[in-house]
Amino acid sequence: MSAIIILVFISIAVAAVFLLLFYKAATNGQFEEFESPAVRALSDDELCSQEKEK
Amino acid sequence: MEKEKFYYDNKIVKWFAYATMLWGIVGMLVGLIAAFQFVFPSLNFSIPYTTFGRIRPLHTNAVIFAFVGNGIFMGVYYSLQRLCKAPMYSKVLSKIHFWGWQLIIVLAALTLILGYTTGKEYAELEWPIDILIALIWVVFGWNMMGTIIKRRERHIYVAIWFYIATFVTVAVLHIVNSIELPVTLLKSYPVYAGVQDALVQWWYGHNAVAFFLTTPYLGIMYYFVPKASNRPVFSYRLSIIHFWALIFLYIWAGPHHLLYTSLPDWAQSLGTVFSIMLIAPSWGGMLNGLLTLRGAWDKVREDVILKFLVVAITCYGMSTLEGPLLSIKSLNAITHFTDWTIAHVHVGALGWNGFLTFGVLYWLIPRIFRTKLASKSMANAHFWIGTLGIIFYAIPMYWAGWTQSMMWKEFTADGRLAYQFLETVIELKPLYMLRALGGTLYLVGAIMMVWNLVATIRKGSALDYEAAEAEPLPKKVASHGNEHWHRWIERKPVQMLVVSLVVILIGGIVEFVPTFMVKTNIPKIAEVQPLTPLELAGRDVYIKEGCYVCHSQMIRPFRSETARYGDYSKSGEFVYDHPFQWGSKRTGPDLAREGVGNNKKSHQWHYNHMLNPTNTSPGSIMPPYPWLLTTKVNSGDIPAKIRAMQKLGVPYPEGYDLEAINDMEKQANKITSELRKEIALANKVEEDEVNIPANTEIIALIAYLQRLGTDIYKTETASNN
Repeated sequence: MSAIIILVFISIAVAAVFLLLFYKAATNGQFEEFESPAVRALSDDELCSQEKEK
Repeated sequence: MEKEKFYYDNKIVKWFAYATMLWGIVGMLVGLIAAFQFVFPSLNFSIPYTTFGRIRPLHTNAVIFAFVGNGIFMGVYYSLQRLCKAPMYSKVLSKIHFWGWQLIIVLAALTLILGYTTGKEYAELEWPIDILIALIWVVFGWNMMGTIIKRRERHIYVAIWFYIATFVTVAVLHIVNSIELPVTLLKSYPVYAGVQDALVQWWYGHNAVAFFLTTPYLGIMYYFVPKASNRPVFSYRLSIIHFWALIFLYIWAGPHHLLYTSLPDWAQSLGTVFSIMLIAPSWGGMLNGLLTLRGAWDKVREDVILKFLVVAITCYGMSTLEGPLLSIKSLNAITHFTDWTIAHVHVGALGWNGFLTFGVLYWLIPRIFRTKLASKSMANAHFWIGTLGIIFYAIPMYWAGWTQSMMWKEFTADGRLAYQFLETVIELKPLYMLRALGGTLYLVGAIMMVWNLVATIRKGSALDYEAAEAEPLPKKVASHGNEHWHRWIERKPVQMLVVSLVVILIGGIVEFVPTFMVKTNIPKIAEVQPLTPLELAGRDVYIKEGCYVCHSQMIRPFRSETARYGDYSKSGEFVYDHPFQWGSKRTGPDLAREGVGNNKKSHQWHYNHMLNPTNTSPGSIMPPYPWLLTTKVNSGDIPAKIRAMQKLGVPYPEGYDLEAINDMEKQANKITSELRKEIALANKVEEDEVNIPANTEIIALIAYLQRLGTDIYKTETASNN
């Protein structure tokens, strides 16, 4: 069952990459507050109401 | 700080939307043809290019990678720009990505129809296309990461996290599962064999569902559901937990596709445990999506887009509860290899992926074309017809799965199997008919949508580049505006580490895996010997015609299976199988011991059966394969195939590649003369009057089928016939 060793190794490596990304994101303040991002995501295209075309 | 002005690229979104519609209709149409072939086998038309074994991979690849694939890119390219408050990183990369992906789709369709396949489900494409997929996928990732780095919004919205996970994981899955040894330009053998190949394949297969059909669409859900309902997501905190929990759990669940097979028990249990844990994040995500509409349910009554989204999320919830339940061994014993699986995937595919895509298309197209949807009532009709289609698809298939399983397992009072396999197939025909009706409804709905959207497009005028403005990020955490992208890496050692890790990982996998695999491919059962050259050629015919799509080669350790098919399968029997051919569905009977005991048939039986299955099995829905009787078997590649197998650790004697063709002819002549004798006897004619060429594919296929499962019954003296 050597394939499973490879898969476990690769899966852990992928998980490690995600863990590192999570750590970086958390220490960079990505997850500091959970209220405004959800609201701000809604309002992105109203910024340009006055001019619409290139 | 002064605002910067820039333009969102709607043009690329528009293209991906067109491609989504086009390939959606094509993929569903091919699926519908396949569904009708179950009821009317004459729709296989007795030619290779339209026969189910080739049509089915065409359908799955088209709907997954062409329809949903383009749907992903449409959703990502639209939402990513707006969430990052930045245009796509590079218009050139966007174009390469778009046309590259369409090229892959066309090449995939052509090669699959022509019978070039690796024989691994959802990874059927041959090695040159695999390489192209990897390159284009990297282009997509590069373009996406570049956009994220150059963003003007500091916070990375949860949808983007789902996109990043999709990119990273699909890349790794695709590369690991596609490591294969090329024999010719369009033929390769995977480096893994038997149990190992099965494990890698389903690790990939399951995560293709997870990271191609689920995570990107969850990102799309987290953007478009709030947009369409104009409400913030129910709980942003929950969405973050949903994301991280989901990606850490998903990758371990693959072995649940191999319960009760020859895979070691502990690996099966691992798959089960992680699958059950997955209920938590999956349902967290589903509830988060649905509850986003809290206080807006009145809108759902009015707004057809919200209707599509609600049904999509509900189907996501149903299939992610069903999936873990099916991963419990006792339930899996009932449902696996039956039509239940087909019902399960279609609730996900038609409901979750299909309806979410439709909802997004109905929302996007009028916006990009600055007009209103051409016909609201038609969209409403689409919603109802589509929903009915899902119901008419799923319920008959659940019913069929249950019926099939109960009939397979039924014993009479005196301990014999109650039903022949063929009886179970005939019993299901009305249900297959209903399923085809469900599929028709669903496709009609999709065609109505395309008509409606084309009318909308004609009515409006496209806003290809949409002006927007936003403040740049403050310098401290800035994206370094115009600098070259790798500056970012150079300055940040941690990022550098991540990137190098990925590079090393890929390099390491490519270098290390093949040698590692070859060394450990030591046979565990002495009697199990490599296939003869003719059998190997026959096996390649079996793979080419997609026999594995309907026939498993894996006898599970149940009384109902050992009574029907013979001794249960042992892992040591598959050590030379590059690729494994265990299958995932039994539309026809298992073939693992086709050459043994009660299952063994005469050469003549196989010959007549391939010519037209109803000759030997009245009522059979298997397609006829008359071309096998006339097509010459590919013997020119045999030396190369033997050498490739040797490289993969299959113990052919040294220099055997040169003798192989001789042996092949000898065995073919032997089988042909036996076959002619049988046919002459049956038809009461002289043997010389029976004209059957020995160098045809049918002879090779018969050789392979007669060999199946025989090895462990061989005594030493009787070996090597």
